Parts: sequence; C-alpha cells; structure tokens
Amino acid sequence: MAAKSNLKNMALSLSAVCLVCSALLGGVYAMTSGPIAEAQAAKTAASIARVLPEFSAQPELKTVEVEGTEYSYYDVPGSGIAVISNASGFGGPLKLMVGIDEKGQIVNTVVLSHSETPGLGAKCTTDAAFIDQFKGWDPAARKLAVRKDGGEVDAITASTITSRAYSAAIASAYDVYLNLKGNE
Amino acid sequence: MEYLLIIISAVFVNNIVLAQFLGVCPFLGVSNKLSTATGMSGAVCFVITLATVVTYLLNRYLLVPFGLEFLQTIAFILVIASLVQTVEIILKKISPSLYQALGIFLPLITTNCAVLGVAITVVSKEFNFGSGPHMMNLAEATVYAIATSLGYGLAMVLFAGMREQLARSNVPAAFKGLPIAFITVGIMALAFLGFSGIV
Amino acid sequence: MSKFALITKGFLKENPTFVLVLGMCPTLATTTSAMNGLEMGLATMFVLILSNIVISLIAPMVPDKVHIPVYIVVIATFVTLLQLLMQAYVPEVYETLGLFIPLIVVNCIVLGRAEAFANKNSVGDSALDGIGIGLGFTVSLVVIGIVREILGSGSVFGWKFIPGDGILAFVMAPGAFIVLGYLMVLFNKLAKR
Repeated sequence: MAAKSNLKNMALSLSAVCLVCSALLGGVYAMTSGPIAEAQAAKTAASIARVLPEFSAQPELKTVEVEGTEYSYYDVPGSGIAVISNASGFGGPLKLMVGIDEKGQIVNTVVLSHSETPGLGAKCTTDAAFIDQFKGWDPAARKLAVRKDGGEVDAITASTITSRAYSAAIASAYDVYLNLKGNE
Repeated sequence: MEYLLIIISAVFVNNIVLAQFLGVCPFLGVSNKLSTATGMSGAVCFVITLATVVTYLLNRYLLVPFGLEFLQTIAFILVIASLVQTVEIILKKISPSLYQALGIFLPLITTNCAVLGVAITVVSKEFNFGSGPHMMNLAEATVYAIATSLGYGLAMVLFAGMREQLARSNVPAAFKGLPIAFITVGIMALAFLGFSGIV
Repeated sequence: MSKFALITKGFLKENPTFVLVLGMCPTLATTTSAMNGLEMGLATMFVLILSNIVISLIAPMVPDKVHIPVYIVVIATFVTLLQLLMQAYVPEVYETLGLFIPLIVVNCIVLGRAEAFANKNSVGDSALDGIGIGLGFTVSLVVIGIVREILGSGSVFGWKFIPGDGILAFVMAPGAFIVLGYLMVLFNKLAKR
C-alpha cells in the first residue's frame, strides 16, 4: 500500500521526514532550554545551600589547579567555598560537594554522584550518623581518614572502601581551601 | 595499565548483559546454539567498536561544537543503522556464506540496545581509570567498546553452553524455555556480582 | 477487533513483557522499584502512542525501501522530545531513568508495533493499540517493580514497612532476571486458565 520505491519518492520522503522532525525538535529545544537551565541551576544552588551556612551573596564558579588536578568550586563571599571533589569509590567515581567555611572547618558534605553498592556503600547518601560526623570537622586538628588508617572517621559498617573514598574526597577539598588561603 | 583496568571492568565487573542489562533480547534469542552464539558475538563486536568510534568523533567534532547535543539520540541511531546496512552490503560481497549464516540477526543488530547503549555511555559518563575521573578519549573509548563486546561474547558463550545442557535436563513444564533461561541468567549475574570492587 | 479489545489485549493476550517478550532491557533495568517501573512505562507509552499515530498517518506515502530509516527518524524524534521535556520539567525522574530514556529508540516494542500494526491500520486504531500495549507494558513493569521493591527494599512505592534493607540481591542485577523468570511462570499459569 506504500508509495512506489523509485529514487525520487525515496529521497523525497526521507528528506521531508528529516526536515519536519528537525523543525519540531528545534522548536521544542528552544522552548525547553530555559527551563532546563533553570532546573540545573536550582539543583546546584540547592546543593550549595546544603553544604554552606546561610548566605545571600551569589555563588561564583571558579577553578583552581592544585598539584596538577583542576578543581571547580563555588566562592560564596561571607560564607565560604563549596568545592567539587572526586575520589575512587568501590564501584566507580565518588563525587562530593564539600562546604568549607572561612575558618577552615567543614560545614557539610553532599554526594553529587556515586556508583556504590546499594545497602552498603550507597549508605553514604543516607546514613545520618556517617554524614553528620563531618559537620564542624576541623581538618587541621583531626585527621581525615578512617580509623583503620589512623584517622578519626567512623566508617560505614562493611563499607570501608567507600568511607575511605569519602574521607579522601573531603581531604582533597581541604587541600584546595589551604591552597586558596595560601595564595591570598 | 589503564587499558587493562578498562578491559577487566568492561568484561567482568560491569558486564554489558549481566550487570548493565543491555543486549538482552538477542542474547536470549541467539544463545541456544554455541555456533550461532560465537558468530553473533563477532558481528556485534565489530559493529559496537565501529559505531562507538564513529559516534564519538561525530559527537566531539560536530554535535558539541555547534551546541547540538540534543540531536545525539537521532544522530547516533542513524549512524548505527547506516553502519549495519553498510556492513550487510560488504559482507554479502566478500563472504556470502557468513552473510547467510547470520541471516536475520545482522539487520537486528541495529535495535540491539548494547550498540546504542555503549555509544551513549562513552560520551556521557565520567570514568575512573588511572588518572582520576574524566571523560574518555578516543583510544580509551575504542578499548572500552572492544572490551564490552568481549564481555558480551563471553556471557553469550557461557550461556549457550548452559542452555544446551538445560535443553537436555528435566525442567518442570511451566519453567521450560524462557523462564528457566532467565533464572539461569540471574544466577550467572549473581556470580558476576562477585567481581565488583576489583577495579 | 473491537475498540475495547484493542486496549485490553496489551494486558493478557499480547502482553509485551510476558507474551511477546519485547523490551527486555528497560524491563530489567528500571524495575528496581515500583515507582521507577511506572515512570519508565509511562515514558515508553508516550513515545509509543505518538509514533504509532504519526507512522500510521505517513505509511501510505513512504516507499517500502526506506520505511525502516523513516520510522526510526520518527521514533527518535519523539524520544528526543521526551528527553527535552523531562529534563526541563521532571529532572529527578530523568536522572533516575538515565540511559534508558534514549534507549526507548531501540525498544523493540516501539518499532515492532510500527511494523506490525501502525503501518497497516487507521490512525484511531493505531492510537488505541499504542495505549493498549503501552498500558500492558506499564502494568508489567509496575508488577515486577513491586515484587523487587518488596523483596529488596522492604517498601512499596517508597512506603517502607520494615526497618533497614531487604534482600539486596533483588534490587540488583540478579534479582531482575530471577524475578522476571518466576513471574513469567506465574503469568503463563494464570493465562492458561
């Protein structure tokens, strides 16, 4: 029942479909790029709000190179910095946002992405006892490593590797803070 | 060293079928005979590797610079469809016997989620091999694609062996065919779970 | 086939998951919870209904030799549309379903229905077929999701009824295959009656 399969018809139908679809998509893309950008910005703002004390200034995205690795962080004058830090977890990269206030103390941490095992390492996003221990932590006074490695971090039960990675990520964020402070 | 990590991760730790659930339909359809399983794995390996390289370059040099990432899905699937079509034509000319043996399965590689899945994963996920989390470069992407298809082949060959055995066993009537196949794959997946944490 | 039968066939006679055995990849990957299964089912149904309608409209005008690429472009367009709309208005759902949204393009159900039904039937019937198969798919996903969620997390649609975790293997890869296998047996037994 379809049209004849000669070259003209084939080329015509293929091009017509491609044209209409591209136009439709272009239109929807234009319509949604605003809301998409807003949704992304809202998500970032929510994360920053979770890791730093209340602020009214606009967070500024900056980058800095520390020991050969480039770090992104949000500078919130009057409140502190929110550093995006990575470490190797059990199942893949562990990405954290670490909030450090102007006194050099960890305010809070939030996991941006992870590939940890559900029920074990994945508890790093839900285990209140684990996460809360970092609030107000002063890395200058207490070592950021799990107790097994001589530090003072209480690891998640049966998830030493994840806990190690989490602590390492916070430690790297602190290095960024020290680097920035040293350059002031 | 980094490439070895990629290979171990793609074949065992994150096996495309047993851990990522991609390519399940042809996996179940082709694995009842060992010979078809190996033939299919070879074809899929070729298509996945070629498709990943082409879509990676397309994404890097055309889509991203012009802000056209939203056309990724369409562009990638069209590349894959054309690649499969081209492979079919070439295969018909240089090896008609292989072409006959693969039969209907060759055009079906287009709808194999593994191909599109690997192509998209390579350009969107951050990977953690050696030098810290980063997006893959072309060399790493190629190794990943080859390793992934090796993992696919491994799973298929292992499973084909088991299915031939299952066909000879005394399976309760209600479980015969697909149900027992799924349960067997599930147990295989359980075994492969033991690889997690190696890399 | 009556209009009503067109919608209900997706549940039993032509259930895409347990009878046609199509779209296995998203079925296994997104049923870690009842909610995820529901979201994936609805997303697929969206694309299925729209692509069925459009393909049934243009089928008479498309030459046979190029019909596969044309159908693929149409389906891919609706999938991309879905991606953009989800990213803009329900970003958390988009992130949870991840890779499997663009993979709707190669979901055998969508292309399968286009080939088997939409290009031979009227627009109205094709739309109903999309709704019927889509609903059948969604219900299957939700059922599998409920079983995996109860066994694996001790909750239903997020409402936990036991403290702590369940048998975690069920929300991971092995559980998907095993639950699907057993549910298939159950379905076949029920459908035979």
